[in-house]
Amino acid sequence: MHLMYFTEQPMSAYDATEGLKYGATALTFSNKHFDPAAGSRLYGQYLEQYIYAEEVGVDGIMLNEHHNAPFCMQAKANIFAAVLAGATKRVKIVMLGNPLPLAENPIRLAEELAMIDMISKGRLVSGFVRGGGQEQLATGVNPAYNRERFEEAHDLIVKTWTVHGPFRWEGTHYQHRVVNPWALPLQKPYPRVWIPGVISKETIIWAARQRYPYIALNTSIPQTKQIWKLYDETAAAVGYTSGPENRGYLARIHVAETEEKAVQNAKQFMWMQGEFTGLAHPVWANPSGYFSPSGRRNFVEFAVGRAKNPRGNPTFEEQRADGMIMCGTPKQVLPRIRHLLEETRPGILAVWGNDGNVSQQDSMTCIRLLGQEVFPQVREWAKELGLDSPFEADAPVSIAYAKDLTRPVAAAE
Amino acid sequence: MVAWTESAIAIAGTKVHLTRAGKGPPVLVLHRDIGMIVGSHFLDELAQSAEVIVPHHAGWGRSPRAEWMRSVRDMAVLHRGLLAELGIERAALVGLGFGGWIAAEMATMAPRDVAKLVLVAPMGIKPPEGDILDQAIVSYIDYARAGFHDQNKFNNVYGAEPSTDQLEAWDIAREMCFRIAWKPYMYSQTLPHLLGSVKAPTLIAWGDKDRIVPLSTAKRYVATLPDAKLEVIENCGHCVDLEQPGRLAGLVSSFIAR
Repeated sequence: MHLMYFTEQPMSAYDATEGLKYGATALTFSNKHFDPAAGSRLYGQYLEQYIYAEEVGVDGIMLNEHHNAPFCMQAKANIFAAVLAGATKRVKIVMLGNPLPLAENPIRLAEELAMIDMISKGRLVSGFVRGGGQEQLATGVNPAYNRERFEEAHDLIVKTWTVHGPFRWEGTHYQHRVVNPWALPLQKPYPRVWIPGVISKETIIWAARQRYPYIALNTSIPQTKQIWKLYDETAAAVGYTSGPENRGYLARIHVAETEEKAVQNAKQFMWMQGEFTGLAHPVWANPSGYFSPSGRRNFVEFAVGRAKNPRGNPTFEEQRADGMIMCGTPKQVLPRIRHLLEETRPGILAVWGNDGNVSQQDSMTCIRLLGQEVFPQVREWAKELGLDSPFEADAPVSIAYAKDLTRPVAAAE
Repeated sequence: MVAWTESAIAIAGTKVHLTRAGKGPPVLVLHRDIGMIVGSHFLDELAQSAEVIVPHHAGWGRSPRAEWMRSVRDMAVLHRGLLAELGIERAALVGLGFGGWIAAEMATMAPRDVAKLVLVAPMGIKPPEGDILDQAIVSYIDYARAGFHDQNKFNNVYGAEPSTDQLEAWDIAREMCFRIAWKPYMYSQTLPHLLGSVKAPTLIAWGDKDRIVPLSTAKRYVATLPDAKLEVIENCGHCVDLEQPGRLAGLVSSFIAR
């Protein structure tokens, strides 16, 4: 079991009523509400949290990035990754991940990641994402080519990491005269790549075909089971048997010394008005061409307010009841985690511990309790249930390096 | 009642669907970014005195998407090929909004070949003042409504609550706009430099209440095209053909007949 700590790094020091007044907390919600002095203080606190998480025994720090929104202060995940590469000693630095389509120059990304891997002495896990719809709009990247760019940038980065330069790249979305960066990852054949996502079928299939672990981002248990069904079927079709080492899960879990305190803090998971990526117009989250054409009809109805949010806007109480938000004392949350482990069998578990306006002291308490009281038990159970991480299972970095395939590797392409 | 016929032409590895009616000089109508209304009053009027050919842009309406297409200029070349396939020389081009950009591109490609050029609030060049409304950050209905000064006219054309089929068509249309006109959004940096060689007499029509393409753009078109005149239509939004169809049809028919 690989156990990680995650925070969205909320910019909690703005007046949330301003977002409600404006009707959105993303993309066009003015950055006049951003206070750099508070930002500086918060960055310091988040760094303190990460370093403490390493001290109390987590295996990895999960990082991500978003743009034009208060819910996540990381505009470039590689910057925090670089900081952690120097400031920590043992934890994996898990990017979940770099939004590939946003890169105009994937070689540059390959260089940055290689530097992080070397500086951290081989502790990088280089996850990749498509980036949310809003990210495309915030950065001016064409949403209609999002998936094409994701796949091509991935192929280019992997080639850059595994084939010595110089070589030339003449792709559809990327062209490079001379690919020959003088920075290569320390880990061979290349750093592990994990793919976070929700329920986008295309991404699940793509990850399974690559044999990259898929990290389900706080999906419900039934949704998560559907994800693993599709992943497992795809894996079987390309010639391998997937298991816990292919499965990750991000859970929202806040623990405190008392239930009362935990519930009070866990309510902050609703800080973004119940939306993971802020209150936003549906067409920002799903610009035309970004999402699967199979969902077009349902989406357009949602976008004009005729259909309910597909996520359903569950209340805090509902999310607590069905385990989408876990909170309480360590003793109280452990059975729910056990249930999650039994039902979905992940080898990677990321804990999103704090969101919104949780005090630094309570955030640190949460991290301490996770490290000292929750994770040791989770590790025991993982052993009992056979939930090995990709590291423990010594899984191949990708299908190209697998030695156990029942079909030739070409079938995966 | 005008009888519109449907057909399709294979071209550039794809198929372009055509809606056509009328007899007279050939007029190619290039529809706007949110698609076109077959049998609109404007088209019906136009078909009284001309052979009106309305291709569905590749990826819009009944024409399949051409996956390879990357620019509005590609679309203009496709429609040029279409004219060649149809054996039409010296067509009049009538471009509506986004279609006006395509028409302007087509005119620059064979400057002597276009009989008459009519640009109705065309996109395609950077407005000297203001910006072209970005549909990426507004809903389908809000964008379509922004094309109308008189919202009752919108209700008459699309219904107060447009159908799900219409919303889907708008989403598909929007995706195509992104595919070929994402950045710079809805204009070309090179087109203004090429417009100077267009020989066709040009009519530019613009609603004075256009919220999609600022009226300031009209002045730049008029200044750049050698033989252009501007008609500003009062109390009218971007979709002149849908908001004041009779007025526009009259202007266009007499301009083409001249």
